[in-house]
Amino acid sequence: MIRYTLGRVLAGLLVVWVVATLTFLLLRFLPGGPFDKERSLPPEIMRNLAHRYALDRPLGAQYLDYLARLARGDLGPSYKYVGRDVADILRDAVPVSLELGALAFALAVSGGIALGLAAGARRGRIVDRLVTLGSLVGVSAPSFVIGAGLILVFGLFLRWLPAGLWEGPLYAVLPALTLAALPTAYAAQLTRAQVGAVMDQDYVRTARALGVPEARVRRRHVLRNALLAVMTYSGPLLANLLTGSFVVEHIYAVPGMGRYFVSAVANRDYPLVLGVTLVYAALVVLANLAVDLSYAWLDPRIRVGSPSE
Amino acid sequence: MSARGWVGAALVGALMLLALAGDRVAGYRFDAQDPAHALEAPSHTHWLGCDALGRDLLARLCEGGRVSLLVAVGATALALAVGLVYGALSGWLGGRVDAFLMRGVEVLYALPDVLVIVLLIEVLAVALGPLPDLWRRLVAIAVALGFTGFVGVARLVRALVLQAREETWVEAARASGARPSRILIRHVLPNIAAPLLVSAAFQIPAAILAESIVSFIGLGIKPPFSSWGTLASDGFEAMRSFPHLIVFPCIAILGSLLGFHLLGEALRERLDRRQA
Repeated sequence: MIRYTLGRVLAGLLVVWVVATLTFLLLRFLPGGPFDKERSLPPEIMRNLAHRYALDRPLGAQYLDYLARLARGDLGPSYKYVGRDVADILRDAVPVSLELGALAFALAVSGGIALGLAAGARRGRIVDRLVTLGSLVGVSAPSFVIGAGLILVFGLFLRWLPAGLWEGPLYAVLPALTLAALPTAYAAQLTRAQVGAVMDQDYVRTARALGVPEARVRRRHVLRNALLAVMTYSGPLLANLLTGSFVVEHIYAVPGMGRYFVSAVANRDYPLVLGVTLVYAALVVLANLAVDLSYAWLDPRIRVGSPSE
Repeated sequence: MSARGWVGAALVGALMLLALAGDRVAGYRFDAQDPAHALEAPSHTHWLGCDALGRDLLARLCEGGRVSLLVAVGATALALAVGLVYGALSGWLGGRVDAFLMRGVEVLYALPDVLVIVLLIEVLAVALGPLPDLWRRLVAIAVALGFTGFVGVARLVRALVLQAREETWVEAARASGARPSRILIRHVLPNIAAPLLVSAAFQIPAAILAESIVSFIGLGIKPPFSSWGTLASDGFEAMRSFPHLIVFPCIAILGSLLGFHLLGEALRERLDRRQA
């Protein structure tokens, strides 16, 4: 298990390093800097600005410098938000995104599994049909369509919930629902299929034949195996939540990473773009690591195999 | 074909027809401004109403659909072509080449698609410098979408080629002295065509979705072009007072995505029995 864990951690670090290098190179080759304004500044001011932000040094030196500062957790100054460090901005933004993501994750996993179990246990009945149709719409619809629908109904028509900003628990309801829609639908589809497959297994038939009460069969065998399938997919699920956050944070004006990323790209605020990208990569790597490890812990067959597989 | 499949085919067919017939259906040009009708709700003259500049929303949806579909089809073609070559090489050559090529694409999995697409669009829009201004961003978006799509295709092709490589008919071809390139092109590829077609059917809605998302957040399609995503984005700004501007673009996007998904499922059931 230790060997396996170590191998996974190293692979994750490698991925983060590659992402850091790639984004650094990509962004340095983009023309048009943050200081390009409609009215051009005198050349000596441009030179001073470039010097202040170390943009006049050779690329290799900039890269090494960047990596060294990265190792210390220093992501450099933001070009747009003068006087603020990228790390400083991210310290405010990351918890907001994480909170939103965690809320949506909890909603999606609990809601998706519950819906999937309900549908899987009553195949062909009305519950099953409703869940199947709903989850088809859920996996197809872009988050802004769901968001627009929720805002129209609950924000503008019924006026039950605030449709923007981030100022308390009530403000989190609509964004979390919007963000959770896709993974909920996905988890419901997965669970439903899994329940169907597990119900046909020999061990379920054996358990029933031995007179194990139905509720216990459901809990011990069906639910447990269905959970395993959802867990395998919770890595990509988490990545989906992070992806969705660009749109959801944009729609509801939530001050999280996604919104900062969108405005940073538009403003060509390179250090902020790099910072957000890196945090995303680190989060996805961490999420996958957590999933892999918990999966290996649940299913011993995995950790016996070599870590490279 | 199942009932669901027919519903999908009907949805896709209707939207394609609308996108192609475009302005003729609406009776207005998509860029014809009529300030007297600005922000008008749906009526019998303007079936879906008008936007802030008095442009007919139906005509704009048709035009936007043309752009959305064009970008999605371009991206899918690219994803299939690159994914096919990449995956076939990886699966056929195996060993170190395979390990290197597959590790290479794994990095992409560590980043959200939207983030990769946005960064690529910005870089490509510059790298495509020689192209005329008007088309540059459109091509950049299609290429960026194709790039994020090709990974899935490459993995699929690799798995299929790995499987086919061990089949007896490949062994027979090899024993009769056929060159590896000939075996790959004449024997292996036709045998993996069906699952590839199914994956293409799912690539198109994925590309429509991704394009609409990056356009919605303002980093995708830009004027003078508009797509379903930019129309939804414009509509979103005005939805408090003029909900028709957000509702109809959303219906168009949702309808096309549902249609392609249902059609893809039907195709999979029909063509890809081994996986079922």
